[in-house]
Parts: sequence; structure tokens; C-alpha cells
Amino acid sequence: MTLMTKILGAAATGLALTATASFADPALIYDLGGKFDKSFNEAAFNGATRWAAETGGEFKDIELTSEAQREQALRRFAEQGFSPVITTGFSFSTPIANVAGDYPDTKFVTIDGWVDPDANPNVLSIGFSEHEGSYLVGMIAGEASESGTVSFVGGMDIPLIRKFACGFAQGAKAVNPDAKIIANMIGTDPTAWNDPVKASELTKAQMSQGSDVIFAAAGASGLGVLQTAADEGAYGIGVDSNQNYLYPGSVLTSMLKRVDNAVYDAMSAGADLETGVQVKDLSNRGVGFALDGYNETMIDFDTLSAVYAAAGDIVSGEIEVHDYTVDNTCPAVEF
Amino acid sequence: MDRMPVWADVVLIPLISLLLAAVLSAVAIWAIGENPWEAFSLMVDGALMRSSGWGYTLYYATNFIFTGLAVSVAFHAKLFNIGGEGQAVIGSLGVALCCLFIPWPHWTLALLGSTLGAALFGALWALIPAYLQAARGSHIVITTIMFNFIAAAFLNYVLVNLLRPVGAMEPASATFPDATHLPTFRDIFAGGEGVLFRGAPANVTFFVALAACVLVWLLIWRTKLGYEIRSQGNSESGAKYAGISPFRIIIVAMLISGALSGLMGINVTQGEAERLILNSAEGAGFIGIAVALMGRNHPVGVLLASILFGFLYQGGAELAMWTSIPRELIVVIQALVILFTGAMDNIVRWPLERVFMALRKEG
Repeated sequence: MTLMTKILGAAATGLALTATASFADPALIYDLGGKFDKSFNEAAFNGATRWAAETGGEFKDIELTSEAQREQALRRFAEQGFSPVITTGFSFSTPIANVAGDYPDTKFVTIDGWVDPDANPNVLSIGFSEHEGSYLVGMIAGEASESGTVSFVGGMDIPLIRKFACGFAQGAKAVNPDAKIIANMIGTDPTAWNDPVKASELTKAQMSQGSDVIFAAAGASGLGVLQTAADEGAYGIGVDSNQNYLYPGSVLTSMLKRVDNAVYDAMSAGADLETGVQVKDLSNRGVGFALDGYNETMIDFDTLSAVYAAAGDIVSGEIEVHDYTVDNTCPAVEF
Repeated sequence: MDRMPVWADVVLIPLISLLLAAVLSAVAIWAIGENPWEAFSLMVDGALMRSSGWGYTLYYATNFIFTGLAVSVAFHAKLFNIGGEGQAVIGSLGVALCCLFIPWPHWTLALLGSTLGAALFGALWALIPAYLQAARGSHIVITTIMFNFIAAAFLNYVLVNLLRPVGAMEPASATFPDATHLPTFRDIFAGGEGVLFRGAPANVTFFVALAACVLVWLLIWRTKLGYEIRSQGNSESGAKYAGISPFRIIIVAMLISGALSGLMGINVTQGEAERLILNSAEGAGFIGIAVALMGRNHPVGVLLASILFGFLYQGGAELAMWTSIPRELIVVIQALVILFTGAMDNIVRWPLERVFMALRKEG
């Protein structure tokens, strides 16, 4: 039956020769934010291009324009024999759960989403332990702060972003139990990912309350945070990709979320991809913080060794960083 | 006054406009280094040569029929309702509330209930701008477009704070109960098995849309109310002299218009997503304006124009998937069609009228 579908599908698109794929090329579907968002989706694109450059392979990608296209793109890629079909963003959880059963020979990957592995054995759900990476940059922030007040600017107010904030607050309190932590969200709808002006206003408001280190987890809005921090002489902390180079001397570090590695690994595994649930955390370098030529003089040796020790303790289980999404509460900060 | 034959007005002008838009689109595609002919055949192939392509084309068309009819009913009363987007968003909320909180035993009853809910919510959202226009003279274009933003913000608030399941990331409601799920074209025409219409979101709402076309035609051309609406649209002072209350007609026409826009919510919310999502109208409210202009405010025209735009949406998705034509250029193609068929109608009309006049003089 599935073979029949594939033949039918291939015959139907035979008209356009460019459309037919050689068997088992990977495909990548970006969320509505688009490919070049300087953040999450672009990290996925970078991972895919790195794979293509190193292996000489080819991949297909698509930017969506409407909600109904989520399922459509998944189905069309599956019908054409692409595998694995990789998606970015938590909004793909429901569409993949709807589609995966119809294409048992295709492997689907959702980054940040979650699909029940028992009901859909051909889906890989990749989650990141953002709270662990945020804890480490929280420690760096707590040490660097002279005022004892650090702050967080989040994009859209969703549990995922609160998870960043919660880990960050815990890290700051670990090095300075009296630290004051301010957390603000830019908005409650997707425009919050792309509103650097409002992000900049929030940053100024937080600085007037004494904050001198600001962590941004806000997609493209985060650029407004980093720029304002640089202009006003405070420290900023970047997110997802390494953003240290943006404002040298002001960006203290970046919390890394290696979406690019996740995409690279999935494409490298190809048809042999192991499905199920994967958690990318400190132990497998899925999250971390960025240390490079731009910021190595900004973080002193004692801080670094404390952070590395904490990283080891988190991996061994001695330090437990609270994950906001487990119970929707955070002991370290009020929202 | 001399006029063109009707067939030239309703068939020839849209066709020539489309052709011009197609030529310009081809130039744009060629300019970015892609093959226009290949792109065009890819669009036709993806949207019209496969049953699931038709499923998508008709799904988008269903949205545009509702919003197109909404714009044309208001337009018959010379009211330019550009708030279809907001009315559809609030209509979707009505659908979601119906489906989530009333335990329906069967989808037919659920469809009936959500139709009422969508129409009621959409109509109420249009009532406020209508009242402001009728009683205060606040211009309907300004108020309806501003109400789009209020609707979006309101839905955002409701989803994030009231309807979102605990722990969910996405600002969306819970999935509706199984009994409210509408049969898709695949369930209807392939019995839920087989590849016919597989995966396509078109559903029974399409037939609701066809029924709406017939009802709007009956309303506008076969009822007293429709006559009053058209009289008001042609000459408000004339209608007033004939004893037609402008206040009443503005309110009633806008209520019907809002209800039609609201009905779009059934297709997207109950038919496709089966839950309420933030982005539920997706610009169909604005496409409705182009559809009504192109369809000459007649239900048959609206139906045909909707299918054309459904084709452009679905064909555009195929282009984005299989070529390196960026999604922004697909918006450009859609915009060119709107520009030529709607806004720059006279570019084709004037020369054509002159040709017909010249022919008539010779004959």
C-alpha cells in the first residue's frame, strides 16, 4: 500500500523533474518565524548546511506561510521519500502526531516538540535541558554583577521561556544567595520574538531597578537587549547561538542551545536514525555556554572553575536544577 | 449610456486582468533566475492534478467564499467591511466555545451548533462598528479595520489565559472532542480509506459555503430586504425617500456580513485544526475583499474567484516546497493578481470599452 502510494505520488509529480528526490534525502521544515531569524531556525539551517558541505549530500527545506501547511509539508516530503523529515518548533507536535502513522517508513524529527513515542514509533522528539545551560550563565551573571541585581528578558510568555528564566535565577542565587532577580516577558503572542524595540525598553526599565547583567531569551528581540546593554554600559548574555561577537566587551557570554548539532546528527544518521525521545543536556553538550576570544578576558579564572565544577555536579546529579515545565513552578523567581 | 456587453464585463475583463498578472509574475520569476513555465506547471500540477491538491485548493477556497460573500453583502449596501479578519477570528472563538463546552452527540448537530455560534459571534463583532456608523457616522472602514486588531488581541488574551491547557507551550485551546470532528473529503468520497483526498483539509464546510452562496443570492436578488439593501447602496437619499431606514439597513447588512465572515471559523477551527489556534484567520478576511471585487459582488463570481485564490495558495505552497522561489515572491504573485483584478480594474476596462464602442459605431 505504502509502496503504491509512493509510486502514485512520484508519477504525479513526474511532470516537474526538479521535484523528484533521490531516495532518503533529508528534509527540513522551519517554523513560521522563517529560515533567517538569526536564532533558532537559522541554527537549524546552519546545521543542515554544515552536513551538506561535509558529506556532499543534499537536503530540501521549506519556509511555511500558513498553519495548514504544517501537515501538508510533512505529508508531501514523506510521500516523496524524504527521510528523516526534521521540523523546528514546538508547534509541530500535533501535526506530526497526526501524520506519522500514515508513513511508517519515514522518520520524523521534532525539535522542541514532543510526540508520544509509543503511539508513533517512527518519531524522534528532541528536547533540550535549557535550564541547565541557563543555570551556568546565571552563575556567571551572579559573579559579574556589582549591584547584586541581575535580570532576564524573555520573548513570548510560554513555559519553555520560563524554564530558561528559572534556571538562570537559580544559577545567580547559587553564587550570591542575596541576589535580586528581575524577570520580564516581552509579550504573549509570536510577535514577541521579533520586537527588539520593546525588548530594549524592558532592558532600560530593568537597569533603572539596578540590574547590571541582562540575559535575553527572546529570539530576534534579544538583539535589542544586547544592544541596549552595550549602549548603557551593562553586560548582556546571548542565547541559542554564540552571540558573543555582536558587542565585544559587553556580551558576557551566550547560553548555547545546539539546535545545529541536533539537525546535523539527525541528517548524518539518515535512514538509521534512532527514534524515541532524546534529551540534549550538559552531559552530551546539547546545551552550554560560549567561551571564545571575545569574552575570555571578561570571566575570571575563579568564576570559570566554579562554573565548570557546577557543570560536573549537574551531570553527576549533585546539583539539581529545577525544570519549570515539570510542575509549572519556580522556587527561585516570581513571574 | 452605452455599455459593454455583459459577457465582456464579467468574463473578458477578469480574464485579461489575470493574463496581465500572469505575465508580470512570469517576468518576476524569470528575473530571479527560475523558469516561469516550469513554475506554472508545478503550480497546476500540485493544485489541480492530484486529489489532495484539490483538497487544499477547495479548503482555502471555502475560507475565501465566506469572507468574499461577507464583503459583497456589505458592499451591496455601499458599506466597505474590511473587518472580515476580526469577525472571522471572533467567529472561530464562537466555534471553539460551542465545541469545547457543549457535549454534542454527533457531528451533524455539532456543525449546526457551531454554525450558529460562529454566525452569532461574527455578527456581534460587526454590530459595534455598524452601530457607530449608523448612529454616529464613524466611518466603517476605519472602525472595522481597527476592530481587527482588537479581535486579535482579545483572542490572544483568551487563549493564553483562559483556554490554554496547563503546561502547553502553544497559545491554542485543547483539542475538540471526537464527536465534533467534521468529516473530511476523504471520509466522504473515499470512505476514510484509500488515497483519494488523503491528508487534505477540505471538509463538509465546503458545502456549507456553497449553501451560503445560494442563500446570499436569494437574499440579495429575491427578497424585500435584499432589494432594500441594494436600494440603499445605489442611492441612500432615494432609499430614504422610499421609506427605507438607513439605520436599519446598515445594521442588518453588517450583521449578515459579520455572520458570514464568522462562518469561516468552522472551516479552519472545527474542520482543519480541530482546536482553536491563535492564527485562525490567516489573512483570509483581506483576501475576501479581492475575491468580492473580482467576483463583481455576485455569489457565482465570488465562488469562482475563491477557487482561483485557493489555487494560488495551494500552488504557491507547492512552489515553496519544490523550487528555490522564496515564499515572499509567492506573495508578490498573489498581490499582482489582486492588483490587476481588483485595484487596477480600469486599466483593462477603459481600453476595452473604447474597443467595444468603436466596434458598435462601425456596426
